[in-house]
Amino acid sequence: MSANAHGPSEALKGLVRRQYFWGIVAIALLLLVNLVKDPGYLAVSIGQSGNLAGNVIDILRAAAPIILIAVGMCLVVSTGGIDLSVGSVMAVAGAVSMEFLNGASDTVGSGLAAVGLVVIVSAALGAVNGVLVSVVGLQPFISTLVIMLAGRGLAKVITGGQNTTATNETFRWIANGYVLGLPVVFLLALLLALLMGLLVRRSALGLMLEAIGMDAKAARLAGVNRRALLFTVYILGGVLAGFAGVFATASVMTVDVSRTGYQLELDAILAVVIGGTSLAGGKFNITGAVVGAILIATLDKTVVFLGVSSSATPAFKAVVIVVLCLLQSERVRRMFRQRRAAGAARPAEREVVAA
Amino acid sequence: MSTLTTHPAAEPTGVRALAKRLSLHLDTLPTAAAVVIFIGMIIYGEAAYGRIVQFNTLSNLLINNAHLIILAVGLTFVILTGGIDLSVGAVIAFSSVAGVMLINAGWNPWLAMALMVLIGTAFGTVSGILIQHFHVQPFIATLAMMFLGRGLASILSTVPERLADESPLRSLGTQIEIYDGPKVDDIVITPGVIIAAIVVAAAFFVLHRTRTGRTVYAIGGSEQSAALMGLPVAATKMWVYIISGTLAGLAAVVYTARLGSAQNITGIGWELDAIAATVIGGTLLTGGAGFVLGSVVGALVLGLMNVLITRDGGIPPEATTIITGGILLVFVLLQRAVLARRRE
Repeated sequence: MSANAHGPSEALKGLVRRQYFWGIVAIALLLLVNLVKDPGYLAVSIGQSGNLAGNVIDILRAAAPIILIAVGMCLVVSTGGIDLSVGSVMAVAGAVSMEFLNGASDTVGSGLAAVGLVVIVSAALGAVNGVLVSVVGLQPFISTLVIMLAGRGLAKVITGGQNTTATNETFRWIANGYVLGLPVVFLLALLLALLMGLLVRRSALGLMLEAIGMDAKAARLAGVNRRALLFTVYILGGVLAGFAGVFATASVMTVDVSRTGYQLELDAILAVVIGGTSLAGGKFNITGAVVGAILIATLDKTVVFLGVSSSATPAFKAVVIVVLCLLQSERVRRMFRQRRAAGAARPAEREVVAA
Repeated sequence: MSTLTTHPAAEPTGVRALAKRLSLHLDTLPTAAAVVIFIGMIIYGEAAYGRIVQFNTLSNLLINNAHLIILAVGLTFVILTGGIDLSVGAVIAFSSVAGVMLINAGWNPWLAMALMVLIGTAFGTVSGILIQHFHVQPFIATLAMMFLGRGLASILSTVPERLADESPLRSLGTQIEIYDGPKVDDIVITPGVIIAAIVVAAAFFVLHRTRTGRTVYAIGGSEQSAALMGLPVAATKMWVYIISGTLAGLAAVVYTARLGSAQNITGIGWELDAIAATVIGGTLLTGGAGFVLGSVVGALVLGLMNVLITRDGGIPPEATTIITGGILLVFVLLQRAVLARRRE
């Protein structure tokens, strides 16, 4: 029995430690399902002008905005907070860029100016969240909920309730262009995720964020500048969401003020949780978040490919979030641990009550 | 413990009395502010646009916001314990779409209405279990319920589901004339308004006159102390989410009865409205202090704001959520200022 229990317990340890491994397994399974339906699903062809084309490339393209908001969400969640406003910031970013490009000439300069404008506006929205959370001390979900709902209103006010369309080749290239045969969006998203990862993991920044998420008071006593860090994290989350908004609108060069980024906070939270980041804060995993984002994009595409009504996916995702939350909860973990200990008396665990 | 209201032996007079009362009841300051704002809005609206202070405008204010009042009452319970329920809007969407579709499919309308309320109860129960037994943070658990409700509603239907005009559910939205004023200036109520009034009265009784109510306040003040005092913390925390969910289901019935149709996008952002109504009404977002009647005033402030925005015509309706969010933030800041004063 004990020799038998060794295997599963090791696997369980792996599951707890590197949760995103299961994300990769899930991606492989989904692709396998698609492969069964259509043996040529994974085929990647070289289209005109030497660009790669195929379902996998489509998945990578669709994953790009989710990767960005998931990375931003990952950092925010690690501090014990949450950013519900990412979807609306995407809509505002799209609205701002489309309104700007609608009146601007079709040049490289105006395309870059639109991106610059998006960065400023989304950083401002992130800064509002940051001030409310770090200086005012408001609960993160309330301040970001306000921006989530007011942000969508703001996007509608910016475009006058219209779905603004614009033309700009540079801007369009961001979403539809190719570098080295791969879509620019995916490369950009990966690059930004990598930069973020290096920034927080090659410096003490990530550790400080986790310290805040674990115990804000202890972190302050240890000399962590909680206020400045929280402020920065929410701005970063905002800017990343702004980029995601650019990605989402540039592919069609239209902003749909009520649908762009709608419920994408669900995707971001799901990606983060799949990646093994605890929603209670205190630890994060950017690689996991990227894997989670790709898994969600794969799931979305699979659902469409299999012809299942895509309206069912949000409910399914919500159920997955609930299940993952349960797996992360202390009570369920204790149940697992007790099983593993197999009768060995353990001292009473300190009850961790999520405040 | 038993003397909930303290009567000072000798009432000081004049400004000093007022100052003393204010300092004694800092908790009531936000509620008082909400009442002042409500009256101010009425005076401003009457002066700027006219036809505000008359029976039919005020009746319509109640009729159009009955569902919001019910939601705000439910959220008052949750917020008083220091929790939050973000799922109410999505619960309304799922419950109303399901209810209308069942009635259209030939179900007994009264049975369908009961089911609509029970759907809310079910959502509240699941949230409560997640929060109480698995220690999931309230906003995460109810956020997941929000996505679930919205997703389930979208599975059922993505187009407006209309209710037949003669359906008994619509009878809850029939306007009953109580007082026949000149022209159309009548006092009118609907069964929905009566339901809202009953809910408010019941909630007032439970929160201010029962042990359960005192436990709700105690949990918000300090959960640990409440548990050490031997109060039934776990059961009460379950109950507040069940109450909030059930009232969301009831709000779905009232709203659908008035509108006569349901859609999966019904109620987007209503969680913010309900939270704003509760907070404007003086309930502390951190829990422990607040009033049900304050939440009613808060809901009416938001409703009146919508009326004024429509009358004004210059403000785009899309800006409503921005204004609601702004008001909510102002009141939260006010609360923090009051709390800081009290700590000194």
